[in-house]
Amino acid sequence: MITTLLIFFPLLAGAVLLAMRRGKAAFGLSLAAAAGELVLSLYALSGFRSNAERQFEVNVSWIKSMGISFHAGMDGISLLLVLLTTFLSVIIIMTSYRRTFNKPALFYALIMFMEGGLVGVFTAADGFLFYVFWELALIPVYFICLMWGGEGRERITLKFFIYTLAGSLLLLLGLLYLYLKTPVPHSFDITALYEVPLTSSEQVWIFWAMFIAFAIKMPVFPFHTWQPDTYTAAPAQGTMLLSGIMLKMGVYGLIRWLIPVVPAGIQEWGYTALLLSVTGIVYASAIAIVQRDFKRLIAYSSIAHVGLISAGVFSLNLQGLQGAVVQMLSHGVNVVGLFFVADILLLRTGTNDISGMGGIRNRAPWFATVFMIILLGAVALPLTNGFVGEFLLLGAIYQRHAWMTAAAGLSVILGAVYMLNSYQKIMLGENNTKAAGFRDLDLHEKIIFIPVVAMVIGMGVYPAPILRIAEPALKAILVHAGLA
Amino acid sequence: MEPIIIVSLLGVTALLSEMFGFKKVLLPLLILGMAAALCFNQSHWGVNTSYYHDMLLVNNYSVAFSSLLIVVAGIWLVFSGPYFTEIAFRADRAAIIMFSLTGALVMISFSNLVMLFLGIEILSISMYILAGSNKKDPASNEAALKYLLMGAFATAFLLFGITLVYGVTGTFSLAGIADHVMSGRQQLPALMHTGILLMMVGMAFKVAAVPFHFWAPDVYEGAPNEVTSFMMTIVKTAAMGAFFRLFSTCFAAAGGTWPLILSVISALTILTGNIIALYQQNVKRMLAYSSIAHAGYLLMAVVAMNQHSAGALLFYLAAYAAATLPAFAVLSALAANGEGTGTEAFRGLAKRNPLYAFAMAVSLLSLAGIPPAAGFFAKYYLFVAAFQSHYIWLAITGVAGSLAGVYYYFRIITAMYISRGSRDETPIHASLPVRVMLLIVIAATVILGIFPGLLADYF
Repeated sequence: MITTLLIFFPLLAGAVLLAMRRGKAAFGLSLAAAAGELVLSLYALSGFRSNAERQFEVNVSWIKSMGISFHAGMDGISLLLVLLTTFLSVIIIMTSYRRTFNKPALFYALIMFMEGGLVGVFTAADGFLFYVFWELALIPVYFICLMWGGEGRERITLKFFIYTLAGSLLLLLGLLYLYLKTPVPHSFDITALYEVPLTSSEQVWIFWAMFIAFAIKMPVFPFHTWQPDTYTAAPAQGTMLLSGIMLKMGVYGLIRWLIPVVPAGIQEWGYTALLLSVTGIVYASAIAIVQRDFKRLIAYSSIAHVGLISAGVFSLNLQGLQGAVVQMLSHGVNVVGLFFVADILLLRTGTNDISGMGGIRNRAPWFATVFMIILLGAVALPLTNGFVGEFLLLGAIYQRHAWMTAAAGLSVILGAVYMLNSYQKIMLGENNTKAAGFRDLDLHEKIIFIPVVAMVIGMGVYPAPILRIAEPALKAILVHAGLA
Repeated sequence: MEPIIIVSLLGVTALLSEMFGFKKVLLPLLILGMAAALCFNQSHWGVNTSYYHDMLLVNNYSVAFSSLLIVVAGIWLVFSGPYFTEIAFRADRAAIIMFSLTGALVMISFSNLVMLFLGIEILSISMYILAGSNKKDPASNEAALKYLLMGAFATAFLLFGITLVYGVTGTFSLAGIADHVMSGRQQLPALMHTGILLMMVGMAFKVAAVPFHFWAPDVYEGAPNEVTSFMMTIVKTAAMGAFFRLFSTCFAAAGGTWPLILSVISALTILTGNIIALYQQNVKRMLAYSSIAHAGYLLMAVVAMNQHSAGALLFYLAAYAAATLPAFAVLSALAANGEGTGTEAFRGLAKRNPLYAFAMAVSLLSLAGIPPAAGFFAKYYLFVAAFQSHYIWLAITGVAGSLAGVYYYFRIITAMYISRGSRDETPIHASLPVRVMLLIVIAATVILGIFPGLLADYF
């Protein structure tokens, strides 16, 4: 029941917003809806039993003749990602406070639709349902980028859409093939898909179809070329949705679908995937260092971070998956915080060009402190959330391929280089003309940053609950795949 | 049987309206008549009846497709108000439309090759006239002439094929031919296979499949907008329905090379249509090429030829019609406003008429095959059918084609929702019936996209 509510409540809220003629109340309404959704997900958390089972299950037949059912529920992994989605949705909506938009009602309606789609992706226990939500989450963000984006958005959003749709279609082909291999009557149910007997060459084909789909979404090198442009051209809230939540769909897909369905395919090609992920880390970090646009810098750092997460997943041990889950949450919180920082900078100085700024710290101590904390989370300083995830991930990769850890570990060092460097150029140094009129954070911005900062520190100091919630489900997946 | 009679009588009524001067109420009258035809048609559900010594056979297949044709024609009439505004031509045009619908109904109820031929001719001759019904427009005249010449060419192929099949089997009746094929499967003469291939070529001409598609872009572009919309929906539905009926009852068991050749035709049609559409600046011509691509998808149903094919075909045609009709309603409205049919005409449409833009966007999403629009399931069912019959390469081609489709469909969506550079901000007015019908058709697209079983499990 609660899963159904979690999926449909935001969709319903979106429909109500869509029907609104005037946009004045849209912000308040969508914030209230997102807050309600957050409360719902916390309620689910309170009722969650810490075992591997799929809980709060709903399973009704949807299209009988095709073996498709509306089957959804939450195990530990799903629950954590749903919590991330509902938490960040509230934050993201709040960051739009007092920003002026064309057609605000439509804007917030699309955010709510997106939230519904994302929750659907993270809870679906039917291959087809997963695919439909996967697509459903894409359309709102496409329109958000298209209608409220910046320079060059026509070309960029089209590229983004076609790129991700190409991945989706590969995923569809893979799922379809699996479906037709299930015993008659065919079924898309997750249990049926997990049990499909496949030859090793079939596993390889399906591995690549699914891996490319997920890799495009995350994105993993070399499927990342849509990402920097899209993140830069999208409006701040769109970028936050894309980077904070949407890319987790790809990682989630790896854990939920790829590993259990094609374990032999992963045994054969997982090393290549690991290699690609690690290559992406080094490549994206190196590019991030030379970026002058702060938003673009975060975009490349995001590729590096997600590369590490994906490498952790492909190390195929419990620690790697644990690290991936923790790091998904941390990265979601941190990247949304960073993009909000970028948005504030853009709003107050009119630019995101790093070299054009400087000396802001003297004028805005609050802003400087908050920025510093989030940044430390992003560079994985101990006692911040980034540290827990990266530590687990690097340890996991070490167990698999020792020398690759060296390359992956570069991400920590290079990350510190470009992050601290950008902080230095933006915040420290001589007073710059652009910093002259820089206002410190006002009340509502503080209200937004407080939970973000609290998460950065809280998850860093005491990550045990997250690990505890995720562990049984992750173990079950590894056991199913014969990896543990 | 009653629907065929009623619709042809409606055609006569339309002619009489000229004499007796009730042209003002003609369109509502036609819609009422079609509603009656629909009711009669549905009453045949579940019963197989044959008429005139097995010339026509009404079964579930023909009932389902007849209903689809009648509903689509009714919606088309509501959207096509502008086509009938010129009072002088109203009766003639309406009559020809009704006669062509009669032909379409015959084409999907035939159980004798003679009736197939008659149905095709009734439909085609009406369409030759309608294509040229914009008398003062040279493009329209050109379209009519091209359509006539190529149509005659295709008919010749079809007739030749029918002759050869008759020569082998000694009968025109579908049941007779099917019996012959079943009993003598091992030793069917080469003449029979030649006949099948010739009929296939004839039908491929009619549905504008590559490489028999050359007439289609010019005809679709030159004909008046409403007529093009009619061709893409009614004519396509009838032709595909007849194609499938013919091959599934008679030739499925014959074997030979036709499935292979048809699968290649299908793949080529998908790729050619989608790739050429990428380069079109004129939306009408783009839709023409995309219509060719969709014919390729539809042929997948004939190629796959399994228990899901008929349902998949029906669903695809319904979804395609539900997307094409609103798209052309918007296109005609812009064209009637004197803005042409280029991509530029759509720029900033979301500001000028949000409903039009929304309807167009949903239609294009459906044509592109994005969930939750009906077009997604339409493609999905066909891919499943192709997969099941082991045409995996064909399904992959279809997927690749639909990826290309996204590019040109989304270009229009982008143009509509980005106001920058739009020349004109003046609102465009839409009449009440058109607005209501647009909402109904959009709702149908979305509902069919969420609950496809409503239609696809019809059989």
